[in-house]
Amino acid sequence: MTPSLEAYVLLSAALFAVGFLGVLVRRNTLVIYMCLELMLVAATLALVAFSRFNGTEDGDVFVFFILTVAAAEVAVGLAIIVALFRARGTVEVDRLDSLRH
Amino acid sequence: MNPAAFTCLSVLTLACAIGVVLNRNVVNSAMCLLLCLAGIAGLFVQLHAYFLAFILVLVYAGAVVALFLFIIMLLDMQGGAPWRFRLVRALAGFAAAALLASGLGLLAARARLAAGAPAASAVGSSLKLYAYQLFTTYLLPVEVIGFLLLVAMVGVVVVSRKPEEGPE
Repeated sequence: MTPSLEAYVLLSAALFAVGFLGVLVRRNTLVIYMCLELMLVAATLALVAFSRFNGTEDGDVFVFFILTVAAAEVAVGLAIIVALFRARGTVEVDRLDSLRH
Repeated sequence: MNPAAFTCLSVLTLACAIGVVLNRNVVNSAMCLLLCLAGIAGLFVQLHAYFLAFILVLVYAGAVVALFLFIIMLLDMQGGAPWRFRLVRALAGFAAAALLASGLGLLAARARLAAGAPAASAVGSSLKLYAYQLFTTYLLPVEVIGFLLLVAMVGVVVVSRKPEEGPE
């Protein structure tokens, strides 16, 4: 009685939806960034589950690449957030509205 | 793959993910993210992807969350800036997320996925096979990823330079 592939995929979908919710409702850029990471990790969970249940390892290799890209993305994104804070003095999305007007 | 362990880990992961979203304090959000990643690493172990669990803890819990906490400290946001709750925006966000979740859930429930038991041999647990794949089939992506890391490093140095120095 092992957990089925559907259980893993449903869990991954739920995690992705929670991350999506965070991106939509939170106003702090850092928290939005954390929720983006959550969505990436949810996708990796689905990939690992598919790879395990299909008996191949291509999914695992893809997860390796995803983790590498996510690390690079976090470094660049946080540098951009720090530059933004230096220029504007805030990281709240509500107050970063130069393009709106 | 133990069903009880799967249930515990999935509940922990989901609860911590919701904690990331709903926490008022940014530091608490980062800590919830850390716990959530630990739960995911546990799920990877359940799926016999030991190497990936190790990498996840090393890269995410070790580097990414530490970087987040460092930036939170640098920007001095701890405790401050509670998020203003706006009803319309929250309702729209919840509706969109529920729509996405139900769509993905229906897709996962209706798709004809591999029935029942996983493959007998845990391929992902063999580091040798994994490295063989990386250096034969996926050699070009590995090179590209290496170049991407170099570009990201240079980009971070350029972006985080002090503005008053300026180019030239």
